[in-house]
Amino acid sequence: MKIDHSQPLEYSTHKNEMNILGFWIFLGAEIMLFATLFTSYFIYENRVGNGPSGAEIFEITPVLIETVVLLTSSFTIGLAINAMRLNRPKAMLWFLGITLILGATFLSVEIYEFVHYYHVGATLQTSAFTGILLTTLGTHGAHVTFGLFWGIAIFLQIKKHGLTPETANKSFNYSLYWHFLDVMWIFIFSFIYLKGMM
Amino acid sequence: MEFFERFAIPHPDPMIYASMVAIVLVSIAIVAGLTYFKKWGYLWDEWLTTTDHKRIGIMYLISALIMLFRGGADAVMMRVQLSSPEMEFLNAQHYNEVFTTHGVVMIFFMAMPFVIGLMNYIVPLQIGARDVAFPRLNALSFWLFFAGAMLFNISFVIGGSPDAGWTNYFPLASNEFSQSVGVNYYMWALQISGIGTLMTGINFIVTIFRMRAPGMKLMKMPLFTWSALITNVIIVFAFPVLTVALLMGTFDRQFGTSFFATGNGGMDMYWANLFWVWGHPEVYILILPAFGIYSEIISTFSERNLYGYKSMVASMVLISLLSFFVWVHHFFTMGQGALTNSIFSITTMAIAIPTGIKIFNWLLTMWKGKIRFTVPMLYSVAFIPLFTVGGVTGVMLAMASADYQYHNTMFLVAHFHNTIIPGVVYAMLAGLTYWWPKMFGFILNERIGKWAFWFNVVGFVLAFFPMYITGLDGQARRMYTYSESTGFGPLNMLSFAGAGLMAIAFILIAYNIFYSIKNSPRNVGDDPWNARSLEWATHNPVPEYNFAITPEVNSSQALWDHKKKSHTLFKGKIDKIHMPNNSGIPIIMAGILFVFGFSFVFSIWPAVIIAAIAFFSCMLYSSFENDHGRYISAEEVKETEEKFGGAKK
Ligand code: HEM
Ligand SMILES: [Cu+2]
Repeated sequence: MKIDHSQPLEYSTHKNEMNILGFWIFLGAEIMLFATLFTSYFIYENRVGNGPSGAEIFEITPVLIETVVLLTSSFTIGLAINAMRLNRPKAMLWFLGITLILGATFLSVEIYEFVHYYHVGATLQTSAFTGILLTTLGTHGAHVTFGLFWGIAIFLQIKKHGLTPETANKSFNYSLYWHFLDVMWIFIFSFIYLKGMM
Repeated sequence: MEFFERFAIPHPDPMIYASMVAIVLVSIAIVAGLTYFKKWGYLWDEWLTTTDHKRIGIMYLISALIMLFRGGADAVMMRVQLSSPEMEFLNAQHYNEVFTTHGVVMIFFMAMPFVIGLMNYIVPLQIGARDVAFPRLNALSFWLFFAGAMLFNISFVIGGSPDAGWTNYFPLASNEFSQSVGVNYYMWALQISGIGTLMTGINFIVTIFRMRAPGMKLMKMPLFTWSALITNVIIVFAFPVLTVALLMGTFDRQFGTSFFATGNGGMDMYWANLFWVWGHPEVYILILPAFGIYSEIISTFSERNLYGYKSMVASMVLISLLSFFVWVHHFFTMGQGALTNSIFSITTMAIAIPTGIKIFNWLLTMWKGKIRFTVPMLYSVAFIPLFTVGGVTGVMLAMASADYQYHNTMFLVAHFHNTIIPGVVYAMLAGLTYWWPKMFGFILNERIGKWAFWFNVVGFVLAFFPMYITGLDGQARRMYTYSESTGFGPLNMLSFAGAGLMAIAFILIAYNIFYSIKNSPRNVGDDPWNARSLEWATHNPVPEYNFAITPEVNSSQALWDHKKKSHTLFKGKIDKIHMPNNSGIPIIMAGILFVFGFSFVFSIWPAVIIAAIAFFSCMLYSSFENDHGRYISAEEVKETEEKFGGAKK
């Protein structure tokens, strides 16, 4: 492996650079995936059948907690990458750890939110609207869950090997993924919750 | 026993039982043969775990050819059933199943792997790379495709075939109207292979952007590589739409959602929209690589530069953009109103413009060329007029108001076969024949090849042109029979004869492969066609590292420059070469997904959960694995080069 020291660690080999480009393209596909889900959501938004509408079931508190927690985690993963660039693995692990804890918090609140929907009678089967609502939120939540496991794997690898071109590369892609989920959440927050509650 | 009842076939038939027995016997024979000849190790080490783009390409091609015969058998059954009025060969239900599997198999499991297989083999060679950007991911893509294909193909003997058409429109595809698990198979087979395709898309975009040989600017790439790049961009944008559609379809059928239902807020037409938002780009995913192949072949066998390289690239880019804005033309008759229909009518017709530009470029390339009518060239020459007919009838269909007459008739069937067979299938046959010596070091017998070609072309015209007429007269597609008084009988008999000729063509092609393996001379050299682009600058067949020295190029016709302008391709000396390691992970992951898909189809939840956990464990394992590949030493490279007939300049 040729290592180019003028570049940050995560870009320092040809392989790394390709990984990052590939990951960006993957995120492009993910954007298409979420765009399709959002379009579907808008299509079904008012097609509530005999079920409740968004305004009737959305609760602002858990949603706000989720939003704050996830936005903060996007900030802390940014700090982690910054620490990585400064070559401070300890600090990086701290920030990565905090990110994961925030991610888990987000997920717990989201599970609470789902239980709430179940109790007010908004399940997958209730109507096309509740179906697409839960599918869209669920897809995002599944991505966060996957992200948590991936983050733990990276955490352990940095702990074991330190900051190498490989671990730095993975962490960088991971941060892209995490920011991406955050952006998707901002869309969910604005166009599903806020719009629905208005 | 109750547990096993779900695996029974809902609409049994002696033919299905016969196939079942045949499948079991063939499987036993394969396993026994591999064991007897002690080939398991070889198979595992050299093929199943390979990450070499060339071997993966060949596995794609073999699968595609096998699927061509499966889809072809379906086709012949349909033509037999329609050959005369009131035929009683297939009943309505079986006819439904057969046209459904025919469409799905041909598009997803024949055309797609054929295209991707040729891309796999050729693109890295055309850009002077040693492999693709992510070799292991590439293997995973293949195995996911394969798992999806196998899942789909067992449906008719375990649990029942899908029967709602390859377009799988709801509400027909809902539980209410498609009661067997068939449509579940459709969902999961396409989902699994579709994810593989998406990863191929990512892989090849990075490969083409980041692994080109020094000097190969984007506008100096051979046209097949250009078409591959554009195709893969379409894949990345189109396939996620299919992913979501399939997911929603699965939810409707298995979790009781009502996305595509007629009540409860659902909207059945939304499936048709999602399907074609993916589906129309999909037809361009198939045709653009075909255009790329024709460009290579026509320029080689006319011994001329491709005419209008830049306009060729520009028109492909334009087609790829337009392909996302035409999907409504597949259901003009479903009531979206005149304005919407008019807009989509115009965007659809607009596609004919860049396509027309390409047709003229090919013609001008041949103009005054020294044309050699080899088998690949014959297919390319036949393609031009035949495909033009397909395009013109496409424009006819694109006239929204007139489409009320043609829609869902045999006219439509004739149109898309007219684009797909001379367009895609001929290109694949031409490409396979053209690059065959690249892959195996000998040429397929030209005489048998030409016979097959003529059977193919005459058969095609006989089989499909009558459908234009019966279609205009009102013969509906997807109807298992018609009455004597319609007068469709004679023309359908003609179609049947044409289908028979095509069947002979494909049998001849298969025979040619066996014949040539035995009889073709092996001393064809490294440049048997007097070709132009970089893939022909290395040995035939290609050593595992592709190029001993990374080539330096300064045009899209690197080899031609080398031959005619004495451009030196390989400067410098042989060094050690970095290669990816084999890995068993991709095939294991695909096997797990197969189990996952199968259990999901039958709603066997414990197995679904176990398979999902196993799948993610494999990902985790890969993440922790430290695989840095291996090196082939300079000495070893030199030795191999000698064996292949000396180093290249
Ligand atoms: C100038 C180019 C083309 C035009 C204007 C065109 C137009 C159309 C239109 C309007 C329809 C829908 C008709 C209906 O349902 O009544 C259609 C169907 C179709 N076309 Fe084309 N087309 C073109 C090229 C192609 C190509 C290149 C391919 C494939 C490689 C293709 C494959 C298909 C398929 C598969 C269907 C319909 C399948 C189905 O409904 O099951 N077309 N085309
Ligand atoms: Cu179309």
